[in-house]
Amino acid sequence: MDAAIHNTIHVLVALTLSPLLLGVIAKTKAFFAGRIGPPLLQPYYDLVKLLRKGSVFSTTTTWVFRAGPVVALVTAAIAVLLIPLVSARAPISFTGDVILLAYLLGLGRFFTASAALDTGSSFEGMGAAREVTFACLAEPAFFLGLLVLAKLSGSLQLAGMLGGSLGVYWSTAGASLALVLLSWFVVLLAENSRIPFDDPNTHLELTMIHEVMVLDHSGPAFGLILYGAALKLFVFGALIVRLALPVSTGFSWLDWPIFIGGMLALAVAIGVVESTMARLRLTHIPVLLVAACLLSAFGIILLVR
Amino acid sequence: MSELFVLLGIVLAATSGIPGLLMGRSCMTGQWVTTLLAVLGAGVGLAGVGIFWTGAASQPIVLPWPIPGAEFSVALDGLSAIFLLPIFLVSLLGSIYGLAYWKQTEHQENGRKLRLFYGTLTAGMAMLVIARNSILFLFGWEIMALSAFFLVTTEDDKQDVREAGWIYLVATHMATLCLFALFGLLRAANGSFALTPLAEGSLTSGTATAVFVLSLVAFGFKAGIMPLHVWLPGAHSMAPSHVSAILSGVILKMGIYGLARITSLMPSLPLEWGEIVLILGVISGVLGVAFAVGQHDLKRLLAYHSIENIGIIVMGLGLAMIGRSLGRPAWIVLGLGGSLLHVWNHALFKSLLFLSAGSVIHGTHTREIDHLGGLAKRMPWTALGFLVGAVAICGLPPLNGFVSEFLIYLGLFETLGIGKEPSFAGAAFAAPALALIGALAVACFVKVYGAVFLGTARSDHARHAHESPRAMLGPIAVLVACCLLIGLAPLLVTPIIGKGVSAWAAGLKDASPQLSNLAPFEWITFMGLVLIGALLATSALLWLRLHTSVVQKGSTWGCGYVAPTPRMQYTSSAFAQMLVGLFSWALRPHVHAPKGMPMFPQKTDFHSEVPDPVLDEVVMPVFRFGGSLFSWFRVFQQGSIQAYLFYIFIALIGLLLWR
Repeated sequence: MDAAIHNTIHVLVALTLSPLLLGVIAKTKAFFAGRIGPPLLQPYYDLVKLLRKGSVFSTTTTWVFRAGPVVALVTAAIAVLLIPLVSARAPISFTGDVILLAYLLGLGRFFTASAALDTGSSFEGMGAAREVTFACLAEPAFFLGLLVLAKLSGSLQLAGMLGGSLGVYWSTAGASLALVLLSWFVVLLAENSRIPFDDPNTHLELTMIHEVMVLDHSGPAFGLILYGAALKLFVFGALIVRLALPVSTGFSWLDWPIFIGGMLALAVAIGVVESTMARLRLTHIPVLLVAACLLSAFGIILLVR
Repeated sequence: MSELFVLLGIVLAATSGIPGLLMGRSCMTGQWVTTLLAVLGAGVGLAGVGIFWTGAASQPIVLPWPIPGAEFSVALDGLSAIFLLPIFLVSLLGSIYGLAYWKQTEHQENGRKLRLFYGTLTAGMAMLVIARNSILFLFGWEIMALSAFFLVTTEDDKQDVREAGWIYLVATHMATLCLFALFGLLRAANGSFALTPLAEGSLTSGTATAVFVLSLVAFGFKAGIMPLHVWLPGAHSMAPSHVSAILSGVILKMGIYGLARITSLMPSLPLEWGEIVLILGVISGVLGVAFAVGQHDLKRLLAYHSIENIGIIVMGLGLAMIGRSLGRPAWIVLGLGGSLLHVWNHALFKSLLFLSAGSVIHGTHTREIDHLGGLAKRMPWTALGFLVGAVAICGLPPLNGFVSEFLIYLGLFETLGIGKEPSFAGAAFAAPALALIGALAVACFVKVYGAVFLGTARSDHARHAHESPRAMLGPIAVLVACCLLIGLAPLLVTPIIGKGVSAWAAGLKDASPQLSNLAPFEWITFMGLVLIGALLATSALLWLRLHTSVVQKGSTWGCGYVAPTPRMQYTSSAFAQMLVGLFSWALRPHVHAPKGMPMFPQKTDFHSEVPDPVLDEVVMPVFRFGGSLFSWFRVFQQGSIQAYLFYIFIALIGLLLWR
């Protein structure tokens, strides 16, 4: 019974909170720019609006174009179920679930990029090429971080890796965890196409990554993409918040607000980064991602030396 | 019992091409009889393997043989059986595929030759896998190697085919040469040519090192481990597609089989051996896929992916070897289990990809990726088959590639000391490398699938493509089903994989339950079903929504430009450009780009290619130098058979006197 309630809250928080993160980021950026900005709930309005709209499909496209948004959304939604949001419990948890998580997102990437190529547009080709290229460097950084967590916790289960004793490890192996935290934050920015990797608000197709991949999607399918992207941000955000804030009071009425507070704080942090940094030149992006890999690699070397 | 069935299968396969030879060039009956025999042989062989797995006791067959010191000794064990399945399965499907792909009436000059050697190739491989005597092993090996040469050079009227064939022939004979030395050393240590486990202390450390290095070179050549892969991309891309499928999916695995067999015979494995194998696996994996990203030729690209997957298989083997050196059963079970399962998986999805690529070539008559495009509309079934293969080879759930990579990941993470076993953390760094391989594979297959099947046709070849006949789509469908089955129900195959692991590591008698304990196979099944269910449900919802809302057709958004042409699409080389740039230190791409822009744009061209630097910059110069060094030797090369017989006679006299 307890587990059922926990899982229900888990699903509800993940599914309803994720678009809010986008709203918070937008509001933070507006604050820095001295604007009022769109309402916090604007992403929800957008989703509802998109689901009610009609759509235009290019005559070039096939079923793969329609499958892209579906796969991206479903893989992100299943990935959310694997992450222990509070008190080291996730609805689905088994040895190696973290590998499944990484590969689910890979499946989403495969189909999003394929859907982009299905339009036959060179803009979308560019976006797809950039997306899969940068992922090649983000993925090892993520796995190097996993090595640190697996080594510390002696577990290959997210519930164990991000579990209750993480707080203890912060005192014994704080340096390694801090390095991983930093590296994963860079991965979050890269995987979710935020500044300094990509500017979600830019209006120049030539420079975009994620937004240009979905140029041709419209209506409900575009709604799915937007929601999938929000869920993906939630996935990476939750990993980082659990890593940075491994508190477990034992009272779920207290744990959930702490977690949600952490997620909102992370959204603000992303907003601050986006407001205070410029987008990197495309050719410099790999350098930053390699740096993220090295940070995590030093983290694991500190542990096994 | 099972050995008899397998032997019967071998005989049927070996002789399957002969009836066809006896019939006329344009006669279709020969093709049908040959294919029937080949299918029958493969079926009988598969039945033998099946009987073995149902628990029948192995009954080794030993027959006298006129060759001194050798005997005709065959037996099945868990390891042999695992390798027999892809041999017979791919051969069976390839033979059926060949009915339509290489019709006798359309290929009168080489159809009979192709079918003859397809059968002997199958027979040779099956023979070497069940051989328990090194001379018999060598017979199987050479039959395989030579049949493969004649298959690669099926279209020997083309110059690049002949060149690829020669490079292959040189490489395979270097491997054979190493095998002679290897088996000589083993004979000295063991006292006989029998392939039986060596006794503790029968090898001095120097001999043991020589054995290891020789087997690594010999089997590394066959498996295509970097940097011994030089023959592979050319040979695999020049052969007809159903031959490429068996070359890539099965023959490479004979190298893996050899490595696994020889290491299983060793009384003990020094730690460094496992480390070297693991490092070679990582290098092959990463560079194999990096080279693949830069290719323009559909089949050449797939060939480089074979190097990548061999790398993954070798990584698992290396981990298992480290596990045996340090006495860690969990590493052995996960490493070798993942490795052996990947042997199967790669055989399945690589054959699937090559057969689909063959279907593309059949329908369009070109292998050039940048000449294709938009085939998903004209060849929907081929496109679907290729897509399944692409998702599987990237190791993505819910297909089979994910399961074997998952096992290898678990094993690599175990080396951190996660379980009760102490750590050996250096090996764990292979896990991020595997993640890099996976991400690069996704990049590469998005590129191929997008450029070949999506978008619009880039040439008349693609514009007039036609779907392939059922004889070609049938084998593709069977392979798709196999990929799905292993991906969704890995528990079906774990007992078989466990038997293989037990056969490799003496002392691990119960590898199968251990494998199921270490890896959450039920969860893989569950998550696979959840994923498929959720995908279907969401698709249905989207479909309903689209059905009840306004849907318009339009052209692709081009910033307001309303007449996009196929030439405006992103090409596969453009797609790969950033990655090729990142790996340019290894790939050394040749780029011909216009320099500077004149005031008024003129007609210009851009050309880039990624040739194989090991072949072009190392092997070729070394061979040319060696050739000039030995040019004085040509005096003896008379070109007349009498002279050669005379040399043999002199050599024999010399040997007799020396004794």
